Amino acid sequence: MIRQRYGNLFDMYEEITDVNPGELANEINGVKYYNPMMIYPAIHYTMGGIWVDYELQTSIKGLFAIGECNFSDHGANRLGASALMQGLADGYFVLPYTIQNYLSDQITVPHFSTDTPEFDEAEKRVQANLDHLMSIHGKRSVDSIHKELGNVMWDYVGMARTKESLETALKKLKELRKEFETNLFIPGTQEGMNIELDKAFRLRDFITMGELIAYDALNRHESCGGHFREEHQTEEGEAKRDDVACWKYNGNDETAPTLIKEPLHYEAIKVQTRNYKS
Amino acid sequence: MDTSISFKLKVWRQANAHAEGRFETYEMRDIPTDTSFLEMMDILNEQLIEKGEEPVTFDHDCREGICGMCSLYVNGHPHGPATGATTCQLYMRRFHDGDTITVEPWRSAAFPVIKDLMVNRNAFDQIQQAGGYVSFQTGGAQDANAIPISKEAADEAMDSATCIGCGACVAACKNGSAMLFLSAKVSQFALLPQGRAEAKRRVKAMLAKMDELGFGNCTNTGACAAECPKNIKLSNIARLNREFLCAKCSD
Repeated sequence: MIRQRYGNLFDMYEEITDVNPGELANEINGVKYYNPMMIYPAIHYTMGGIWVDYELQTSIKGLFAIGECNFSDHGANRLGASALMQGLADGYFVLPYTIQNYLSDQITVPHFSTDTPEFDEAEKRVQANLDHLMSIHGKRSVDSIHKELGNVMWDYVGMARTKESLETALKKLKELRKEFETNLFIPGTQEGMNIELDKAFRLRDFITMGELIAYDALNRHESCGGHFREEHQTEEGEAKRDDVACWKYNGNDETAPTLIKEPLHYEAIKVQTRNYKS
Repeated sequence: MDTSISFKLKVWRQANAHAEGRFETYEMRDIPTDTSFLEMMDILNEQLIEKGEEPVTFDHDCREGICGMCSLYVNGHPHGPATGATTCQLYMRRFHDGDTITVEPWRSAAFPVIKDLMVNRNAFDQIQQAGGYVSFQTGGAQDANAIPISKEAADEAMDSATCIGCGACVAACKNGSAMLFLSAKVSQFALLPQGRAEAKRRVKAMLAKMDELGFGNCTNTGACAAECPKNIKLSNIARLNREFLCAKCSD
């Protein structure tokens, strides 16, 4: 039964690790032991996502966010397959019935022209960004800084977080951003396909995102779902759930974001520590 | 398990679709055999960047065999020598010390090279857009329960639906045909009652699009099915032909 359902998973595992999990490893007193599969927990760093209304439209009119990138379907934790579930649910059951409410008004709207001051300004900003990244001429590759970011997140913003570890992370991330802005090297030119330039743009966002996660984890004095603070292991600490929060970007990456909180009031349920055992 | 190998890497370099391409040879030293093929390419790129040279451009994304982005033609095989696995699931223990490993992009008129090993597979999207969907409401959960589907049909449809659209079938085919891809996309609908209503229109539209985009036709060589990382069966092509014949006859 397991082989029928997950057969190709075993093949994939063997291809990756060179160990066949379906192979008999040992037999002691008539009990058969097969090669154990090595598994390791990993962390979902972000919960929530882009704000959308009931029609899955974001705060930008005409921009819809569907699937796992929006905040709508999960709380403090993500369970297995929730990405697939939300992609299917939003794309199949929600969007086909809601996007037409927006599109029905659009039939009278003529094609947009890019000949506007807003477009010029946006284009200028992107071009300045490109020129800046290409002109750093430092020594570090995008991947090497990306790896360092991964290590900082894993070591200090990982599965178990403390006040000290999160403060260390914020300090290290600030240094890492400085390294990115002053010591990055991107070979090639801006013309045509340049994968390093492409990666650099995303890495800058990842650093901002990493900082945001660390800020939020530091300010959330409780343990809930995917967020576990070592200081708040008590029954109370794990059952608090007293607010939802988002952070306001203050115009540049050097300024710390501002926390905006909304308290949660429970009427029908009693908030308690999560328990998978009973 | 802690072994390393050294080998020669012959990589196709091409600045853009119109530039002339050539093979560059790189010496790779002491690569652990537990390294995946794409991680090995990352190591090569890190070394190239260190020397101030441009890294090798190649497609990749999830690196767990489900997104269909990786697309290297390794030693004459799409996705390399491993069967039922994508390039990202290929590990260096498949190779030996002293080997020469040749890496090329997908080779097909319908997949123009963007740069180095990266090709434009937009043609597959266009084929899908021509008919790879159901355009009406198929109902809610209760409707699904009211339409019984045999386990055989459900399993077959699921097997067809595992196609990740990577294009290995086209790269493997001497005719540059997209028939295996197309047949998998047609089959996943043809086998289910929800797909029957538009079956005739679908198969004709998708086949016409495939021809229009410059893919070749099928001569039943079977190379596609042998190289497919998701083991899509050749019998899908037979089903595609049957679907097409039925559609044409009822015109």
